[in-house]
Amino acid sequence: MNSFWIVLAAVLYLAFLFGLANLAERRSLFKNSWVNNPYVYALSLAVYCTAWTFYGSVGHAVKNGADFLAVYIGPTMLIPLWWVVFRKIIRICKAERITNIADFVSARYGKDRALGIIVTLLCVVGLVPYISIQLKAIANSFRVLTKNSTAVSESFLADKALYMAIILAVFTILFGARKLEATERHEGMVTVIAFESLIKLSAFLAVGVFVTFGIFDGFGDITQRAARLQPLQGLFTIPQDQTDNWFWHCLLSGLAIMFLPRQFQLAVVENVNENHLKKAIWLFPLYLLIINVFVMPIALGGFLVFGSSIPADSYVLALPLYFDQKGLAILTYLGGFSAASSMIIVECMALTVMISNNLVMPFIVSRPNWEGWIGSSISQWVINLRRVSIVLLIGMAYLYYKIVSDRHSLVSVGLVSFAAVAQLAPVVIGGLFWKRPTREGATGGLLFGGAVWFYTLIIPSLVSAGFLPLSLLEHGPLGAEWLRPEALFGMTGLDNISHGLFWSLLVNVLFYVYGSLFYPLTVQEQNQANLFVDIFQYSDPTKSSVTWKGKALFTDVKRLLNSFFGQARTDRLLDSFVKRNNINLLSPYADPRLVSYTEKLLGGAVGTASARTLVASVAKEEKITVDEVIDILKTSQELKNLNRELQRKTDELERVGDKLKRSNERLQQIDRMKDDFLSTVTHEIRTPLTSIRALSEIVYDYPELNNDERQHFLGTVIKETERLSRLINQVLDLERYDSGLYELHYEKFSPRELINEAFVSLNQLARERMVSIKFNLQDYLPEMTADRDRLMQVLVNLLSNAIKFTESKKGVVVLDNFHENGMVYFRITDNGQGIDPRFQELIFDKFYQAQDQTTRKPKGSGLGLAICRRIVELHGGQIWVSSKVGDGSTFTFKIPVNQRSITP
Amino acid sequence: MNQQAKILIVDDEPNILLSLEFLMKKEGFQVFIARDGEEAFEIIERKTPNLVLLDIMMPKIDGYEVCSFIKNNPALAAIKVIFMSAKSKDTDVQKGYDLGADLYVAKPFSTRELVAKVQKLVKNDA
Repeated sequence: MNSFWIVLAAVLYLAFLFGLANLAERRSLFKNSWVNNPYVYALSLAVYCTAWTFYGSVGHAVKNGADFLAVYIGPTMLIPLWWVVFRKIIRICKAERITNIADFVSARYGKDRALGIIVTLLCVVGLVPYISIQLKAIANSFRVLTKNSTAVSESFLADKALYMAIILAVFTILFGARKLEATERHEGMVTVIAFESLIKLSAFLAVGVFVTFGIFDGFGDITQRAARLQPLQGLFTIPQDQTDNWFWHCLLSGLAIMFLPRQFQLAVVENVNENHLKKAIWLFPLYLLIINVFVMPIALGGFLVFGSSIPADSYVLALPLYFDQKGLAILTYLGGFSAASSMIIVECMALTVMISNNLVMPFIVSRPNWEGWIGSSISQWVINLRRVSIVLLIGMAYLYYKIVSDRHSLVSVGLVSFAAVAQLAPVVIGGLFWKRPTREGATGGLLFGGAVWFYTLIIPSLVSAGFLPLSLLEHGPLGAEWLRPEALFGMTGLDNISHGLFWSLLVNVLFYVYGSLFYPLTVQEQNQANLFVDIFQYSDPTKSSVTWKGKALFTDVKRLLNSFFGQARTDRLLDSFVKRNNINLLSPYADPRLVSYTEKLLGGAVGTASARTLVASVAKEEKITVDEVIDILKTSQELKNLNRELQRKTDELERVGDKLKRSNERLQQIDRMKDDFLSTVTHEIRTPLTSIRALSEIVYDYPELNNDERQHFLGTVIKETERLSRLINQVLDLERYDSGLYELHYEKFSPRELINEAFVSLNQLARERMVSIKFNLQDYLPEMTADRDRLMQVLVNLLSNAIKFTESKKGVVVLDNFHENGMVYFRITDNGQGIDPRFQELIFDKFYQAQDQTTRKPKGSGLGLAICRRIVELHGGQIWVSSKVGDGSTFTFKIPVNQRSITP
Repeated sequence: MNQQAKILIVDDEPNILLSLEFLMKKEGFQVFIARDGEEAFEIIERKTPNLVLLDIMMPKIDGYEVCSFIKNNPALAAIKVIFMSAKSKDTDVQKGYDLGADLYVAKPFSTRELVAKVQKLVKNDA
């Protein structure tokens, strides 16, 4: 293919990405972010899959079979740790405005400047080769496409890889180094990375499908053919002696993925919402799984087609080209380009922030008069510094590619870089969960671990590049066999990566633990240890806690912020912080919280170490003790908890109070009712007692009474006694009904019988009052099952009331009895004085008539109707009255014909 | 001793009226009876009794009202009032005395004591 078209395709693709990034940035301004989405987050994490995955996996598989899977299995196995580790790191970085892993380590160990430098150097040294293999991949793919087999030796200016490197540097500068504050998210960049993840996945799948189903006849076909080829037979098994290597490779990649600067950038700094992690934890391994499905088929298919005639790393691209699939080839090329460019962009971005924050800015801001030296536009200066760093980094990677990496496979260089990054694992993970580690421990671990890494993994590559004598590998330095870089202390049996990782991590952890246990912690270290380890207790990312004590003039603090963020943004930042935290601005001295916040803001722009220097330049800091810090942190936390607890308690109390009030009211009502009942009962008992006593005393005291008088008085006494007993019985009845102790005694009887009997017992009374009783009975009435005696009581009570409350001589009482819908109705109508509607419900209450003082007291205890109602309701029936004053009353009750449960 | 002293008995219980009427007549008083407050007002205004035996819990107009009517009327204030009531709480008794009653007797009472008290009040009056 013509190289012009290929360059054009790449440039057009980049231009498209550029547009996409711009669009994403613009959307984010309108709060319509693409990036605030767990799927985009998970896709952006797939920046892990670089050209190494895209081209290198196939190459590696041809040589070592399933070995290539280790770097995907490792992260997948360790991914549950992300929820524990990353969530904590995210929380810390948001609260402390930390933007990269070097600042993280330096901040954790007492804001130590040296540690920031060590981590930065380790990452730069470790990752430049890794970046360089991406350039190599792009250049190789270019060469495969143009069928230009001339190797690296072509003239400098004709090298397409150089132009690609330049284009990528420009792109990274445009997107990764636009804003001063690295804490701000780069939505355009993240969108582009997520998009590129999609492209590389689809391109790889397209090639896979083409090879498996287009060239061959499915997975089975490829495997069977490959199995017949002698050189490939070893690929189908994992040799016994390789299992150790598998372990180390899995561990290596599982650790590296957490601490690679580009992963840290996307997983932590660009994280919008902690909960996105939850989805990423299963989506990301799924991505790894899918992108690896076709690795083996492409590797075997490629070998079947090409044999060893071309490097296996280029099978992915060479296969579609060989079968003249130009479109697919271009897509594949773009997929590989995506894989490589996304890695280069994010890695460079992350590394440049580390470089400017740790290697450059601390030295500049600690110079006296640095501001005059830099000039007025500090923020622009810092941004330019980062741009220069990007160019330098990519330049270094290009040189490394030209000089060294062409001699090594993509995978081997990548693994060496991983091993460098893995050195960060002890200091970061240890620092998250253990308060004891010291600056000395961390420094020792990183320095010596890094040194062992360099000795065991970089020296051999320098030897093979011809910079060092071969004897170093074969006989050790100065003939000391036990110091051979690839077999330290005579250790053999592991491959070079596992060997290097084992020794470097061992030395690293030993020094880290030793230095942590045997060096004292400074106050600053303890402060940071508490802040980091107890972040979930103390932090509320929106608030800032004070860990700073001292005096700084407000105007100085403001001037400092002005010089970095500009007048307008400074005012905005200060304004919202002051409002949020209720800060008093009247004093000429800045509030400690404000100074603390200023340091964090500056940290986000120029790094932890520089920010500390800057703030120290305008403030007189007082030593703050650990206890004070813990006090402050605890107080703010306790206050928060206390507040929450108080609020909860208040709510609860209110609820309990309401409940108490209600039940109290209810109790009071019951109490009042009981009181009323008691006093009424007492009154009702005392009244007949009074008559009885008075009359008996009269009979006793006046023996001269004539016979008639005596008879009359004694007769009255007897009647009053009966009244008394009736009353007592009724009260007891009522109490039994109310308490539920009364059991109905069911029997079968005909309603007509009942009515007859009631009539007989009341006939005398009716005759006395000369009231006539009429019956209106339905012809056929079923027998009913009920408590006969109790129903009789109701009927008699209602009838006698009717007789008593009608006018003598004119009174007519009508009894209707009928059956309807399974209910037997009894209706007693009189033509008496009637009942005021206001009282129609109340008359069924106990003693109601006794309490109503406005009407003439009728005869009776006032309990009759109450008892009637209890009896009817116990039968599952109903009783009610309808009446008009002066026009008589009608009492009706209905009883179910058959009771559901019949007591034998 | 004014044997012709006039006594009004007010109660809604016929049997109490029956016994008290008998007793007061035996003592030689001129006896009037009323079954409720309304009737009592009428007789008080017409007959101006020397003493009223007064029940409290009665329909329409209760004993308290009758008593305060008597004691607040200068022309009638001299009439002695004895409350007879089944209400025996201290607050009820206190209310009776506050309204100007001369005596508060709880039901059931001893007829001999009641007669003696009536005699004494009427005698003092004379």
